[in-house]
Amino acid sequence: MIRAWLGPIPPRARILLLIVLVLLLAAPWFVDTYVLSVLIIVLYVAYMGQAWNIMMGFAGLLSIGHALYFGIGAYTGAVLYMNFGVSPWIGMIAGGLLAAVAGAIIGALGFRFRITGVYFALLTIAFAEFARILMDNFAYTGASGGFFIKLGDPHAFDLWNLRGSPVMFYYLWLAFVIGALLLCRGLLSSRLGYFWLAIREDQEAAQALGINVFRYKMGAVVLSAALTAVGGVIYAFYNNNLFPATTFNVGRSVEMLLGATIGGVGTLMGPIVGAFILTPMGEGLTILVQPLQQGGLHLDGIKQVFYGLAVIAIVVFQRRGVWPWLARLFHLESRRDDRS
Amino acid sequence: MSALSVRHLSKRFRGLQAVNSVSFEVPDRGIVALIGPNGAGKTTTFNLIAGAIRADGGEISLDGLRLDRLPPHRICAAGVARTFQLVRPFGELDVADNVLVGCLHGERDIGRARDAARDILQKLGLWEQRRRLASSLTLPDRKRLEVARALGTRPKILLLDEVMAGLRPVETDQMVAFFRAINRDLGVTILLTEHVMRAVMALAQHIVVLNHGEKIAEGAPQQVVRDPAVLECYLGEEAV
Repeated sequence: MIRAWLGPIPPRARILLLIVLVLLLAAPWFVDTYVLSVLIIVLYVAYMGQAWNIMMGFAGLLSIGHALYFGIGAYTGAVLYMNFGVSPWIGMIAGGLLAAVAGAIIGALGFRFRITGVYFALLTIAFAEFARILMDNFAYTGASGGFFIKLGDPHAFDLWNLRGSPVMFYYLWLAFVIGALLLCRGLLSSRLGYFWLAIREDQEAAQALGINVFRYKMGAVVLSAALTAVGGVIYAFYNNNLFPATTFNVGRSVEMLLGATIGGVGTLMGPIVGAFILTPMGEGLTILVQPLQQGGLHLDGIKQVFYGLAVIAIVVFQRRGVWPWLARLFHLESRRDDRS
Repeated sequence: MSALSVRHLSKRFRGLQAVNSVSFEVPDRGIVALIGPNGAGKTTTFNLIAGAIRADGGEISLDGLRLDRLPPHRICAAGVARTFQLVRPFGELDVADNVLVGCLHGERDIGRARDAARDILQKLGLWEQRRRLASSLTLPDRKRLEVARALGTRPKILLLDEVMAGLRPVETDQMVAFFRAINRDLGVTILLTEHVMRAVMALAQHIVVLNHGEKIAEGAPQQVVRDPAVLECYLGEEAV
């Protein structure tokens, strides 16, 4: 099994992967709390990108409404824990199922009525916005005033209830990113994965080869939504507060897809590489402009401006993303005779 | 016994009657060619059989099973595989994976599907190019890839939409030999449209001629090419 997974990875890529893994595992011992908090955001963006990538990268379905699934997970996990004392791990299952149902509804609507491409993306935004407005007025979860998870002992290590230090959350995210990587790798080399790629490339040709396009697209949405919701639960327990305005925000949806887009849509490493490029640079920029802020200059949207520039740069210079370019440059992927 | 049966098939696009009450039969293990000038309705007929578009009227059945209300993937499952005249390769996948997708239709095991894909690639002379992206192939190779992918689904009947356009005469002869072989050895029924008459005459046992969406003649190849109505639609009235 392990061999089958490692099979087509060239030796130098394996070594590099191992080095990165060791560095990531050792990181909490070497970095200060600020860098650790940035690394946590990096892993969060990576994981969300991985989940989003299943829809867009594998099956070719553009979603700009993943904040919906994220929020469903976050609120489900938080409410179950605070109001019913249910472990967030159970919350992940419940949130994942709920998000899968939401994804199935949106998918069924979109695919039955042949809403494709940008129009499908608009549909996903509409549902996320709808959820935001709904939650803004939903008294049970505190409406726009927010929903809070009781803080525990910050030095605790209660994995079952996800009450603990940032280091615990760091390793949790790391485990989920690695898990998602293995899952995606398994998917891409499965029958299901090949059918997704075929649908992404040409839906009509895929249909002519006997692929039930509706069913497999639904599968992609449901899985992507469930994984996103699971991430939402972890996020909620790390931050301990949830506001509809930030949870279901379009900005959050964009943040999820940006890393994967920069790193390389449809690739396994793309979402991870993209997160490691985008997040530290965005954070770095925030620090750089801080003195200017204190000097009275208002640069609140500077991170967003940077994200915009990053997207433009990718579209202009490396359409397929940074990872395919890196992989080619350093021969990190099994060779394929792309150029005749 | 007839494998594919098309009866009174009709399709209208806005003001244009693309296919008008066309009927023909393709016998089991037979090779039938559908010919006619551009715009005669050949590709529309193919799209109707494969379920890519829905007919306004008429019946299509394969071995007694009605196809004309089924979605494309069910029609494929019933044993119909088609190629696209305007080729539609999975561009970002390599040649081997393109064929693999076809083979995975009836085979759940990836390893066995890969073996099946290798056989097809070797038979069609695409094995050397298996690691290339489908989008990087030349047009004749992409046409071959269409055939390879369709064959992967192990069809009862193969619909070939101008797969020999752009091939050199030698390559055309190779393809003709290949189709004869799969027809003879695997028992695959073939319905083809083709402008390359060299291929049509060499392959087809029976020819159906369409013009302006209507069937104007059918019969054995030698007989059809001498039919005045056929000559007229191809060459104009004064040639007859």
